Amino acid sequence: MSQQTPVQETTRYEAVIGLEVHVELSTHSKMFCGCRNVFGAEPNTLVCPICLGMPGTLPVINRRAVEFLCKTGLALGCTIASHSKFDRKNYFYPDMPKNYQISQYDMPLTTGGSVELPSGKVVRLNRIHLEEDTGKNIHAGGHMAASDYTLIDYNRAGVPLMEVVTEPDIASPEEAEAYLLQLKTVLLYLGVSDVKMHEGSLRCDANVSVRPAGSTTLGTKAEVKNMNSFRSVVRALQYEIARQEEAVRKGERIVQETRNWDETRGVTYSTRSKEQAHDYRYFPDPDLVPLTIDQTTVEHWRSEMPELPLAKRKRFVTAYELADHEAGLLTEDRVTADFYEAAVAASKEPKLVANWMLGDVRKFLEKHGLTLATSLLRPQQLAALIKSVTSGKISGKAAKEVCDILVAEGGDPQQIIEKRGLAQVSDESAIKQIVDDVLAQNADSVAAYKGGKVKVLEFLVGQVMKASRGKANIEIVRAILVERLG
Amino acid sequence: MSKTGHEIRDAIARKELSAVEAAETALAQAQSFEPQLHAYIRLLPERAMTKAREVDARVKSGQSLGPLAGVPIAVKDIFCVDGEITTAGSKILENFRAPYSATVVQKLEEAGALIIGKTNMDEFAMGSSCENSAFGPTHNPWDLEGVPGGSSGGSASTVGAGTVPIGLGTDTGGSIREPASFCNIVGVKPTYGRVSRYGMIAFASSLDQAGPMTLDVRDSAQTLSVIAGHDPMDSTSVNVPVPDYVAALRTDLRDVRVGIVSEFETEIGKTDPDMAALYKAAYKDLERLGARLVDVHLPHARYGLATYYLIAPAECSSNLARYDGARYGRRVSGDGDVYAMFERTRAAGFGDEVKRRIILGTYALSAGYYDAYYGRAQKIRTLIKKDFDDAFALCDVIACPSVSTPAFELGAKTQDPVAMYLMDYFTIPMSLAGVPALSVPAGYVRDLPVGLQIVARAFEEAQMLGVAHAYEQATHHANLRTPVVTLSGRAS
Repeated sequence: MSQQTPVQETTRYEAVIGLEVHVELSTHSKMFCGCRNVFGAEPNTLVCPICLGMPGTLPVINRRAVEFLCKTGLALGCTIASHSKFDRKNYFYPDMPKNYQISQYDMPLTTGGSVELPSGKVVRLNRIHLEEDTGKNIHAGGHMAASDYTLIDYNRAGVPLMEVVTEPDIASPEEAEAYLLQLKTVLLYLGVSDVKMHEGSLRCDANVSVRPAGSTTLGTKAEVKNMNSFRSVVRALQYEIARQEEAVRKGERIVQETRNWDETRGVTYSTRSKEQAHDYRYFPDPDLVPLTIDQTTVEHWRSEMPELPLAKRKRFVTAYELADHEAGLLTEDRVTADFYEAAVAASKEPKLVANWMLGDVRKFLEKHGLTLATSLLRPQQLAALIKSVTSGKISGKAAKEVCDILVAEGGDPQQIIEKRGLAQVSDESAIKQIVDDVLAQNADSVAAYKGGKVKVLEFLVGQVMKASRGKANIEIVRAILVERLG
Repeated sequence: MSKTGHEIRDAIARKELSAVEAAETALAQAQSFEPQLHAYIRLLPERAMTKAREVDARVKSGQSLGPLAGVPIAVKDIFCVDGEITTAGSKILENFRAPYSATVVQKLEEAGALIIGKTNMDEFAMGSSCENSAFGPTHNPWDLEGVPGGSSGGSASTVGAGTVPIGLGTDTGGSIREPASFCNIVGVKPTYGRVSRYGMIAFASSLDQAGPMTLDVRDSAQTLSVIAGHDPMDSTSVNVPVPDYVAALRTDLRDVRVGIVSEFETEIGKTDPDMAALYKAAYKDLERLGARLVDVHLPHARYGLATYYLIAPAECSSNLARYDGARYGRRVSGDGDVYAMFERTRAAGFGDEVKRRIILGTYALSAGYYDAYYGRAQKIRTLIKKDFDDAFALCDVIACPSVSTPAFELGAKTQDPVAMYLMDYFTIPMSLAGVPALSVPAGYVRDLPVGLQIVARAFEEAQMLGVAHAYEQATHHANLRTPVVTLSGRAS
């Protein structure tokens, strides 16, 4: 947007968003050395001369990281490069031990591909490349300029980092969130990353511009950084789009710049950082030999690919006759989807398993601060519990109680039912006896029913249930009552 | 005459000499020559004596001995040695204690070698005279007013003086071969990828190679057998089997086709008739040994210098970025932010030549200039490689000048960087092509030693060393005279 003249109030604007997502790969060791790759260790304990950039050290490519990236590429329909290489990105920054980052410039490992959102929208990818992460600066005064000193933790330096770059295909903050969720789901399915935004294993920068709706030329973009959760991505994008729209309406010029998201103030602000003027002087890293990826290896990787979330979601809808949103929730991660399928296989009740998992199981997991992965509940137990209900062995209410215990402690549902005396009484002669007792004690109500007050039936059902201490099969109770009251 | 490495090792194996005696002798001589030569940045008497006692214990208990058992050696201060200060000739690393050993250092010590000291060098291996060391220049044992060559000048000087039979150097554009020529010793630059670079402080990664600098060809062959081979820590080291280079040494040159480079002969004829005459005599000697001389061409070699001075500075500008005072080495504190600290540290820590090359390289890689400079240099490098392929279709080895002059006087070229760069005219093309090359003593010009360069196809060091050995055994140029330092050393 370079025009200086104010635009008409009535013009509608649309946003154009492209995302650059950095994902730390969960390989056993770092990208170019043997140091362990884990989060949360004591500062500077996961370091060696190589990742500290000591004189004379050399990098060696972690093949597993290449595999993780290429598998991500295969999952997203990218083209895997048969020839690739690593380049040096040169700039000075204290958290970068060599003052250059080994990255990929003009020959990324994959190009093309796309992420399909549940809405059906397709976000095209530009490329995915591999690089090394930097260390972490801890400024004594919050940020570097205002600090007396800065501490550097190099544990993260050299962690394999995959950068997934989209085309400017995203039209709204909500779509950006949907994209991130879908990408996260795919990465979790592949098991290539923990994808924990709060631990920094997924980081997102956004290129944002606005243009009059329907226009085909791109406006000047701003790069928004420092968004630390999916929610802050949405908020930052909403803010930035509104800011740009307002500026354009006023006839102001949008400057190409980097803007940081301030979570507390809820605004983006220009960083005017030194980084912006940088010429990174990329050149091929002479310490590494070019990578060649042969077709046999790619095919081998392809054969190891799991079923991907969207395919699974579609299969759940058709095979188990679930609603799309149910299938979506059940395929959010592999643990949930695998649990569901195992429980269905054991119970043959796809609909009921879905109801339980999305209802009570979820509720009790939350109550106990657990997840399906950490709870002792097993699919076979859930299946057995469901069978107890359908066979009339226990009431729905009692089943909830059993479910609560199963989620918290695990165990055999039959034993829990017996131990707690939750089994339902379905023996008609036993129930008839209770019904007759209740009718004898409630002659008034019987008279009222016969006089036309049918509502009294429910009162009598309640009395019978009470007398049976909740164990009588309520359907049988109702049937016998109706029969007796003639 | 000084003892070679194989002579010392054999004497130790026969119990005529102990490793402790060998180490003491070398350390004492290094110490006594230091005022005249200043070949060392640091002597390592404790390390050498500890290793020597280990070797002697093995001899005593009849255990097997490594191929370099008890041989005192000197290592260029560009190689990390675990626990020892490693400076690369720079103030910026004057207090850097290496936390690990370079692969080659490890291999040498495993073979029984005794590292008696770290030798002087041009800062970060940038120079051809050893005058760019932050710790003062080294002198030539054959002319105490002359330079020893560079950048591996300290290793060349101490081996040339006969203090140790074997030195370890590095060669990026001639840094082993030129000083070897100046100091009357054998200096070998192996094929790029033949020897691990792990633990060797980088100057220009795509060119740097470690190699032996020795009193005779046999010691070079032995040392190369020890240090060569694939290293999982260096992806650019190549997994090609290491032959027994000693077994491949020969005494005649029957069936060997020796290429003589027409362009080089024209060049040396123009610049120095005495040098040209010496090389003509050397080629005749090769012929007498049975070699067939053939004319070959290296038409793009004349662009070697220009190409080299784009690629090497470009790589160095990035390789040397890590010296910022944040993690190790020298730090110059003061006011301002971390960038101010970086700037002060680098301004004070680097010498002029290093700064010159960082600036050159930064420029060559800049946006808008990359294609014109770095990109084009890489293309010419490919053409130079092809020149060698074409030449080696006609010959088995190439024989050519190592240098265009014998050692020059200290200070003669320090004010003229380009004149200094020209010292590597005959050695740079081989570095760019990645092929192996060595310098072997070939006689004297104006009473100063001069080396003959022998070049072979990639990974054909055995052929190259074989030819050099035959020539050495037939001529014995180095043994005909005595370095002046040993005369003045006796006097003092």
